[in-house]
Amino acid sequence: MKGRAAITVLAAALIFFAGYAALFVAPDEATMHEIQRVFYFHLGSWAAMYSALSVAFIANVGWLVTRNPHWDWLGVASVELGVVSCTAGLITGVLWGKPAWGIWWTWDPRLTTCFILWILYVSYLILRGLIEEPQRRATLSAIFGIFAFLDAPLVYASNRLWRGQHPSPVILGGDNSGLDPTMGKVLLITVPAVMVVMILVLVDRYRLEKLRYELEELRLVEEERGSAANSMPIKELS
Amino acid sequence: MTTARAAAIVLAKELRLEFRARELLTTTVVFALVIVVLFSFAFDPTAGESRRYGPGLLWIAFLFAGSLMLNPSFAREQSNQTLDALRMAPVSPFAILLGKMLANFIFLSVAEAILVPVFAVLYNLSLSDVAGRLILVLVLGTLGLVITGTVFSAVAAHARLRELLLPLLLLPILAPLLIAAVEATASLFAEQPALDRAWLAFLAGFDIVFLTASWLLSDYLLEE
Repeated sequence: MKGRAAITVLAAALIFFAGYAALFVAPDEATMHEIQRVFYFHLGSWAAMYSALSVAFIANVGWLVTRNPHWDWLGVASVELGVVSCTAGLITGVLWGKPAWGIWWTWDPRLTTCFILWILYVSYLILRGLIEEPQRRATLSAIFGIFAFLDAPLVYASNRLWRGQHPSPVILGGDNSGLDPTMGKVLLITVPAVMVVMILVLVDRYRLEKLRYELEELRLVEEERGSAANSMPIKELS
Repeated sequence: MTTARAAAIVLAKELRLEFRARELLTTTVVFALVIVVLFSFAFDPTAGESRRYGPGLLWIAFLFAGSLMLNPSFAREQSNQTLDALRMAPVSPFAILLGKMLANFIFLSVAEAILVPVFAVLYNLSLSDVAGRLILVLVLGTLGLVITGTVFSAVAAHARLRELLLPLLLLPILAPLLIAAVEATASLFAEQPALDRAWLAFLAGFDIVFLTASWLLSDYLLEE
């Protein structure tokens, strides 16, 4: 528990420092000015979303192959986290889009893909809520999760073939990609900071799912015991 | 028993069932027709407009009709636990899935064969020159729809609110298919029709990806 508290304090310090760096250390952007600072967390959200959904895919396959409930807990935890970071990415993107592009939203391949992904994984969570039996819920949602993951590159490719407006990547775009060296350093703080916070949330969500599972098991045992006790007098009567 | 033979038996059973009841096809065709008619109120279907919106309207009508039509595919096996009986047969689960996919493909194709000429008349489009190529686009698009739709029909069958859940699961997955099918159809509806091969290849790719996934996951999908 002590280690856990230490990590939480560390993560809080890191995200605070990242916020400070994004607001005060990073240089002013030439054309977009202050609003561009949202970018440091915009990118962090997307990094967290893609990581979370990749973990979800691995967890879905892991459940189907091993039938170990740990994979199911990891699956639902990472999908929830993916939806949260996707929401954060969409909101920061919309806030940034209005001053930078003059419009809140555009049907660009990347924006469309993220929006469709958001709908798909929210459907995944709705699907889980509508199936009672735990084993079946885990299996069927894992199958849907795998289909959704396979769909993501297809959504992107189809929109890419169709139309495009989002700027091409500046980060990792080579030496002359246009990224200021200080901006790169700030990114090296903000992206890991967002990731660390997300990992902490993921671990907590995983534990919560584990506790829910154990509670459900205990309840089932209790119900069986209860029904066994109830059936006793009936047996004696007959 | 080979998978192909088992799938053929399931297909024959589905067709016989539909031939006796004849409820699914009628409902689907009329439903899609309602959508097409409603769209004609939303957009003024002059020839110029229908060239621009027509392909989108047509495919949206197919997607909506398909997402409702596919629901009974597994849901009606639930009421008398007939899916358990099917599972007990010594055949691979993929054979059952494949038989149902083929049956759904035939049902939806029949519905489309009725709808497309009606659509062409209502929206004043001449399709006789492009009929062969249009059929190719329709076949590839419909395959993608029934492959994913049949799998999700099995997923939704075990859930509450399954009639509402199936379109919710299916329609966003079909977003790339919709874009590709609409663009391919639009290339045929243009003044100088020329089939866009890139979109045709994309449709084929979509079908292959999800058919392979269905094949790999069918054991888990239909387990008890």
